Amino acid sequence: VAAVSPQICGTPALHRKNLASLGPEKFTAEFIQKQIEEFEIGKRHLANMMGEDPENFTQEDIDRSIAYLFPSGLFEKKARPLMKHPDEIFPKQKAVQWGPDRRPFHFLFYTGKQSYYSFMHELYGKVLNIEKHQDRLRAKGLFSAEPKQISLGASRWLTKEELEASLVETISTQDYQRFIQLMERMLSMPYCSLEEEFILRHRQQLEAQSMHQVVPPLQKDDRGVDFSAAEGRRKTSKSSVVVRDCGSGCITVNGKDYLHYFPVLQDREQLMFPLQFAGMLGRFDLECTVSGGGRSSQAGALRLAISRALLSFVTEREGEAMRQAGLLTPDPRVRERKKPGQEGARRKFTWKKR
Amino acid sequence: MENIWGSVKSSVPVTGRIRMLETVRPRLSSSSFANRVLKQSDSFSSSAPFLTMVQCLPSSRLMEPYLYASSLDHDVIDLDKTAEHLRLALNVTAQTAYRSGIILFVSRRRQFCHLVETTAKDCGEYAHTRYWQGGLLTNAHIQYGPGVRLPDLIVFLSTLNNVFQQHVAIRDAVKMNIPTIGVVDSNCNPSLITYPVPGNDDTPVAMELYCRLFKMAINRAKDKRRQMELLYGLSEPSSASS
Repeated sequence: VAAVSPQICGTPALHRKNLASLGPEKFTAEFIQKQIEEFEIGKRHLANMMGEDPENFTQEDIDRSIAYLFPSGLFEKKARPLMKHPDEIFPKQKAVQWGPDRRPFHFLFYTGKQSYYSFMHELYGKVLNIEKHQDRLRAKGLFSAEPKQISLGASRWLTKEELEASLVETISTQDYQRFIQLMERMLSMPYCSLEEEFILRHRQQLEAQSMHQVVPPLQKDDRGVDFSAAEGRRKTSKSSVVVRDCGSGCITVNGKDYLHYFPVLQDREQLMFPLQFAGMLGRFDLECTVSGGGRSSQAGALRLAISRALLSFVTEREGEAMRQAGLLTPDPRVRERKKPGQEGARRKFTWKKR
Repeated sequence: MENIWGSVKSSVPVTGRIRMLETVRPRLSSSSFANRVLKQSDSFSSSAPFLTMVQCLPSSRLMEPYLYASSLDHDVIDLDKTAEHLRLALNVTAQTAYRSGIILFVSRRRQFCHLVETTAKDCGEYAHTRYWQGGLLTNAHIQYGPGVRLPDLIVFLSTLNNVFQQHVAIRDAVKMNIPTIGVVDSNCNPSLITYPVPGNDDTPVAMELYCRLFKMAINRAKDKRRQMELLYGLSEPSSASS
């Protein structure tokens, strides 16, 4: 009779360690220090391998060497071989908050959110400071109705994520709202210019969205003829065009005449359209180079490049008219990929009732 | 829970104060000069002018022993009793500070939050004048990390929270065997506090007085400690500061 082991389950649920409850993996300071030392030694070895100077081996050189030594065709960039400083790889952890006698370093340690509350304490201290200053001026009678105002410009308060990043601590929405309220209160006081630098440190400049087209500069070649160059893209085609103000209407594409390169009328019309729109059909000499894609996309790429180059020869109003006509907008349409379970990008397989 | 007061046997009575004075046995630290428990009750006393203190109703019945007189809209606290309790409380703080214990100042009054935090920063001690998260004392090892040291004394400059209920920290301190000092007003409940100090907690003058007194006591105790360390530290090279 074969003895069958009664134990079927290897590790019963009660004895198995709950790995999720431990939280994210914690690295000790010594471990990270060791990793940093190993990284430095490895960097010098790599420099020697590549035959470069170990002293001035920057992170870009490291990336270049790794890409050379370990070429990878993986699409996911983060899955490729990587050699970076351990501080960038291992997530930042809070250092131990107390000294050898186990007394915490920060005076607000027992609140739980020490950096946020100490920041609020400091902020409130500044508010009180400004109020005291104002009271002193009022007592002396030097309180002016229009004191120097802070120039905020186009800026906004730091977002909750940015504040969390600067304090290295998680903040709740109510805490963030309190922070905004206190900052607004400080701004509402007439003499807030005392703490101008502090306020501006917590404001983020809004990026001025450049609605204007970048006009390619007008250059002069040796014979004194004005010309400008521009590039354009459509689908997978890339083109670059040099527009010369000669006076002839000569067009060359990749060294060949445009009549030979584009036998189809539609493609030639695409080339002509920007010139026709600006009314400068016979004035310019076009020297084009184009690669990639098919005939229609090459024509579209060239059209975009010509319109961009034409901007430097044309007035601002006409440029705006060109933009409204859609000549300066790059066409974002690209080929949509085929999905599994379907015949094409959108076409599904024939539906059979039974 | 171990703290500098040693293992304390405390029972939590519903009425009456905890008589922790007799059962406390301060743990003897390694250096000999710290062994001498400062016998004088008034070693770090400070003479300060005491002010008349009043509080509006509703007052709690438990505060009646401390009141001098009580009328429909005002209660007057007996200042002799206040003086005695305050002297005792200051002595306890000084003793704790002398033995390098952690003192936590707690107050949930928004007007005095900044004042209390500045006082704590000036003393080199700790403050908590913000929203009290549930497990700060009772769940400390998980909230802060393993090996955290809890406060050895908690000083309440106002025992009530923003909703006029007793502060959660009083109950938590009793659970964790941490002695407490509390400025109890006539609408507070002094039963769970180790060293209650009947007094007003509403006016800025009173709060500034308390902060000044506690700060003075702690600073004097720490100076004395440093002095003793310098005097006796040379003759005992093997002594480790507790």
